[in-house]
Amino acid sequence: MNYWPLVGIAIVVGGFALRFNPLLVVVAAALATGVLAGLDLVAVIQALGSAFNDNRYISVTWIILPVIGLLERYGLQQRARAVIESVRGATMGKLLVIYLLFRQITAAIGMKDIGGHPQTVRPLVAPMAEAAAEMSHGELPEDKRQKVLAMAAATDNVGLFFGEDIFFAIASILLIQGVFESYGYPLTPLQLSVWAIPTAICAFIIHGWRITAFDRRLGRIPRRAVT
Amino acid sequence: MITLEWLYVLAGVVFAGWALLSAFDRSNGKRWGNAAFWVLLAVSFFFGSQFSAFGNGILVLALVAIAGLGGLGRSDPATTTADERFNFSALLGNRLFLPALVVPITAVAGTLLYNYTPAGESGLFEERRETLILFGLGVMLALAAAMAWLRPPVLAPMQEGRRLIDSIGWAAILPQMLAALGAVFALAGVGDVIGSLAGTIIPDGSVLVAVVVFATGMALFTIIMGNAFAAFPVMAAAIGIPLLVEGYGGNPAVIGAVGMLAGFCGTLLTPMAANFNIVPAALLELKDQNGVIRQQVGTAIPLWFCNVAIIYVAGFLLWN
Repeated sequence: MNYWPLVGIAIVVGGFALRFNPLLVVVAAALATGVLAGLDLVAVIQALGSAFNDNRYISVTWIILPVIGLLERYGLQQRARAVIESVRGATMGKLLVIYLLFRQITAAIGMKDIGGHPQTVRPLVAPMAEAAAEMSHGELPEDKRQKVLAMAAATDNVGLFFGEDIFFAIASILLIQGVFESYGYPLTPLQLSVWAIPTAICAFIIHGWRITAFDRRLGRIPRRAVT
Repeated sequence: MITLEWLYVLAGVVFAGWALLSAFDRSNGKRWGNAAFWVLLAVSFFFGSQFSAFGNGILVLALVAIAGLGGLGRSDPATTTADERFNFSALLGNRLFLPALVVPITAVAGTLLYNYTPAGESGLFEERRETLILFGLGVMLALAAAMAWLRPPVLAPMQEGRRLIDSIGWAAILPQMLAALGAVFALAGVGDVIGSLAGTIIPDGSVLVAVVVFATGMALFTIIMGNAFAAFPVMAAAIGIPLLVEGYGGNPAVIGAVGMLAGFCGTLLTPMAANFNIVPAALLELKDQNGVIRQQVGTAIPLWFCNVAIIYVAGFLLWN
């Protein structure tokens, strides 16, 4: 077996670790992998070009930015903050745990496109989490504020990943089904998707607990600042 | 029939608009770099289907050359101040949320209606692409509603969109580039090599060790590829099916479903999953590019152990 194509993986790992521009790292890895696998350079460039072209649907989602940007111009983020500030007893912990549950349940019934980073996290969830954290803990130092925003994005990811597979008609379930069928194990999508439920419950408990613990840790800041 | 190509033309128009506005933006010292980058992307969306594979490859290399060599600057188009935004938000109230909600509601409700009512038989949308096409429709509806209601300067949506896309910068095409890298890896047989390596390192006789190696392989290969979809067929063929299902008689449904989720734990840990981990860091203007990943480590690792336990208990102990 030819092990040389693994050099591409080394380029990716090393390139990301050394913080080279990721686009350069990816193209270098693609060219190296293809050539070391015995393809000629033109064939590798062709493969890269047609795969990039076939995956244009991934970048289509940026067309939402004019809408989000326009609404932000008229105070969408400020509105999201005001809504949270009007809820008595709102905390970042409660807000993000509810969002986690909402994201898991909606993804589990096939509505995975209801959230997402450009659509909901940046304009709504992140400013709400920040406002809620400030309500309980006062103004946050910049590094803590960044962690709150990052936790909002992380919560969207965890909710999506560990909710979507409960829905039987999702790409990953169909992939599992296809692979097992090709080895002579016919499984129905429903047989597979019920087994996403235990992990979904674990994900809710673990991440929900971490959100709450993170909120508690933030609470120590003002006290320390005062004393 | 409305196909993905229609959506690509719409996206091409947006990218071309950003190119034009960038070219005229004298406040951005790198305006020609920005303009060239967005023009190339617009060309890809307009004409990519007509170009040869090699032509598209050259286009990719040009995009990467511009962005990779620091050719992109960050623009700061004129906008409202923080005070103005605060006043607008008080004046306009919660109705501000409505246009933002139009997009997901159109995508989700439209998909459900299309798939579970006779509407789907009309063949209006390209097969399996209805959600993305409806997303595009939702964007246009939301934009039209917001323009009619707020009456901003006519270029405001494009300028505000440009502010956001410039804050994302090169990361905007990283997810698409990584998908292309995955295709080259597949062509070069990287998965087969990893599968054969994984298949050789398992000691005989221990179900638990085999489960741990399977789940580790899923997570590690996902970290490398940025995508559990690439890891699953390889690890299933190397360990999951021959060893866990056939050798030790495990429950195939549990091994398949939870094995995939062990891979998803890897997705939480890798910058290669740029859409989920790098793009939001840029969108939220985090200083640390890996800030989102750092908040996910503490969830991903214990959850991975849960997956190992679920496969072992439900797939073997309770099954036999």
